[in-house]
Amino acid sequence: MSVRHAVLALLSEGPKYGLQLRHEFEERTGEVWPINVGQIYTTLQRLERDGMVEVGSEDDGPQKTYRLTAEGATELDEWLHTPPDLSSPPRDELVIKVLVAMHVPGVDIEELIQAHRRRVVELMQEWTRVKRDASEHDISLVLVVDAELFRLDSVVRWLDAADSRLRRVTPPPTPTTTPAPAKRKAGVR
Amino acid sequence: MSALELIGVTKVYGRGAGEVQALREVTLVVDPGELVAVMGPSGSGKSTLLTIAGTLENPSSGEVLIGGVPVAKLSRNQQAAMRRRAIGYVFQDFNLLAGLTAVENVALPLELDGVSTRTARRSALEALDRLSLSARADHFPDDLSGGERQRVAIARAVVGQRRLLLADEPSGALDSVNGEAVMRLVRSTCQGGVAGVVVTHDAQLASWADRVVFLRDGRMVDQTARPAGPESLLQADAAR
Repeated sequence: MSVRHAVLALLSEGPKYGLQLRHEFEERTGEVWPINVGQIYTTLQRLERDGMVEVGSEDDGPQKTYRLTAEGATELDEWLHTPPDLSSPPRDELVIKVLVAMHVPGVDIEELIQAHRRRVVELMQEWTRVKRDASEHDISLVLVVDAELFRLDSVVRWLDAADSRLRRVTPPPTPTTTPAPAKRKAGVR
Repeated sequence: MSALELIGVTKVYGRGAGEVQALREVTLVVDPGELVAVMGPSGSGKSTLLTIAGTLENPSSGEVLIGGVPVAKLSRNQQAAMRRRAIGYVFQDFNLLAGLTAVENVALPLELDGVSTRTARRSALEALDRLSLSARADHFPDDLSGGERQRVAIARAVVGQRRLLLADEPSGALDSVNGEAVMRLVRSTCQGGVAGVVVTHDAQLASWADRVVFLRDGRMVDQTARPAGPESLLQADAAR
């Protein structure tokens, strides 16, 4: 999340002072991204240096207010319309764990996958409780929770797919110890 | 007293080489007010678990108790009466009768149970009202949206004095927001004291449950930690 662009967005509604910006930032992001007031002021200083915001006039009140400049408005509009970088896949720790586990002797991969699946579903239950308790008018919070649930849901789906694929390549387990099946470079093509 | 108890339930279909163990030694206890989700891949035994919990099939071995009553000790007629009175079902494809209006669909299980048409209609209207569907009571299923049809199906499942709600992929083909609305209804129904079991492969729907159990090859292999008992949830609700 770019604090810089969030501040520009908040100022697009009209002049505001630092503490107000912090309060509104947290409110608009469903209060799941706490931010300290120092970050807000540092950001404001940089934006002022770059000509994106300017300090308001004295008669706005005792507190220092900031307003968006035309340059700031253009910057905000460009940022909103620029697609975020979704191209390079992040190094997913869970994917790596499962890939590594396939080659570690003595690891029950089905059990490992289930343990991770359970943990992710437990997290989803926690988020769902947050959504359940949220007011339906708190749309920011509900959208943030939705995003988290969709992300975790995709993790569960990947675990399900991994489980199903590994079953197809490995023979069903037998009660007696059998030599490990020949390992293939599974999954990654 | 638990609403549903499956104790060491095994279900075997077929014989000899064609024998399939759909459920193996499954033990699951669901309390009134509790919502349990059952997750597992296709063929893991989810649907079999639901049909046995609903007394639509008998287990090969093990015991099923509904509201503390051992189902095996009941006659066929008593079992059928229990199905009509105590258990509600919600299916993936809603299973509403196209020739009946919403309120007639909801009243049907009560009428089949010998309740007078007038009383059944009153109970059905109450159930529809709880699901904010009063205005659609006299519409036929074809005139309702997918989400409304599923709400009618839920109303039918909870009409009267049902104590156990069983649902198989209850959000059907609904989009995620409508699917969530279905789970909110199931959830609030359970908070009223009904025990719920929802079978799904959708983790987002399952996460509405108090507890998620995982089936694999007919065995219950794992379950999520219980964050708080249904009692404390009910207390929390009462305190609100």
